[in-house]
Amino acid sequence: MTERGLVIAFQTTTQALAWERACRERNMPGRLIPMPVAISAHCGLAWLAEPEDRESLLEMAEELGLGYDLVVELEGGEADG
Amino acid sequence: MIYLDQAATSYPKPPEVVQAVTEALIGAGSSGRGAHELSLAASRLVFAARQAAAEFFGCGDPSRIAFTANATESLNLALFGLLEPGDHVITTAQEHNSVLRPLFLLERRGVDLTIMPADRHGIVDLDAMRRALRPATRAVVLSHGSNLTGNLLDLAWVLEFCREHDLILILDAAQTAGWYPYNLADQPIDILCFTGHKALYGPQGVGGIYVRPGLSLRPLKVGGSGVQTFSRQHPGEMPEALEAGTLNTPGIAGLAAGIAYVNKLGLDSIRRVEGELTSFFYKQVQEVPCVQVYGDFQAAERLPIVTLNIEGVDSSLVSRLLAERGICTRSGGHCAPLLHEALGTAQHGAVRFSFAHVNTKEELAEAVEALKSIVQVCGGEKDD
Repeated sequence: MTERGLVIAFQTTTQALAWERACRERNMPGRLIPMPVAISAHCGLAWLAEPEDRESLLEMAEELGLGYDLVVELEGGEADG
Repeated sequence: MIYLDQAATSYPKPPEVVQAVTEALIGAGSSGRGAHELSLAASRLVFAARQAAAEFFGCGDPSRIAFTANATESLNLALFGLLEPGDHVITTAQEHNSVLRPLFLLERRGVDLTIMPADRHGIVDLDAMRRALRPATRAVVLSHGSNLTGNLLDLAWVLEFCREHDLILILDAAQTAGWYPYNLADQPIDILCFTGHKALYGPQGVGGIYVRPGLSLRPLKVGGSGVQTFSRQHPGEMPEALEAGTLNTPGIAGLAAGIAYVNKLGLDSIRRVEGELTSFFYKQVQEVPCVQVYGDFQAAERLPIVTLNIEGVDSSLVSRLLAERGICTRSGGHCAPLLHEALGTAQHGAVRFSFAHVNTKEELAEAVEALKSIVQVCGGEKDD
């Protein structure tokens, strides 16, 4: 199985924690998860939210100047192999 | 015991610092490594500490603060990470070996070095920087406050000089972070190197470096970062760029608690108390026969340090006799060889008394009496 939902990947742990802090302060949805391998085999953290939260999360990021790497919607499903 | 070696490391550590270190050991895993409860607890703790340090120094962006083991590591990072053969760098005779030794090594690798002298009071004539300027001058590196004399350099003057001549300022704040009210938003210091265990009241083994936006340093070490596993290069983004390897999470937790402790007391209050203690001690010891005090006591402000010698007596003997009376000081050389030469103390070293707000006038009065008794004893020995 792979994750399902809106996944925001970060370049650094610090970016991820800044994102979490901002979301908590603004009551925005989502949580930190390990970087899904479906997005990147690199290690690190990612933010998991619902696809419908994309706009509000990215607006927040722009307003606060929060850094991130990628925004990907994962469909979920069985992992290969 | 009367602890008057606060410039070496602050003691006792505030209970909240001890508690924060303990709680981190119990409740935090490895920062930036995984997303389970303990790992996230560590990552959150480190991020909160980064934010606290950024707010404390007034730099705004927490990602510009990287944690290190101490000010020495931070200074090595700054100097080796920035300077290239052919660069010219200006420093002072006031510096600690944490600045001088990296610079002497860099000098052997082709960096040109100018050291501005200090006089017999340890005062550095900053105006000499104008004469030291060359087309290749790239940076100025200096300690804001001397660990040996407690003399301070005029930061506003240095900032203006560096701005005027487009020089990178690397500030060694080992003695001043937690004492001087830095505000990087108004004081455009390019690189600030600090330790956590002195005036910030954290545990030993943790420090940090601020690097201004737009300036990047070659890291001293590369390796595990918690991100970008399959890249052959260490991440270039701050702060991870300068933080290879597992972080000292308990130490960083203690540093954050130390910053909170300083914020709670207030820098003004700490400085006022320490200033009073320093003046009280200085006035008394300067009247003790055969005692010579070093440093600039005419300056408007100085660190809470009084360094002295008893004429003709090795500083190590004085410090040992003080220790036998329960008074902790530091003797000998203080890792500032050029300043010892300027003061004329290279042969015998010097006895350093350094204070914090937790010390009392009663403790200092006891130290003065102990010093007087040593003068009598050693004077008698000298006469024999």
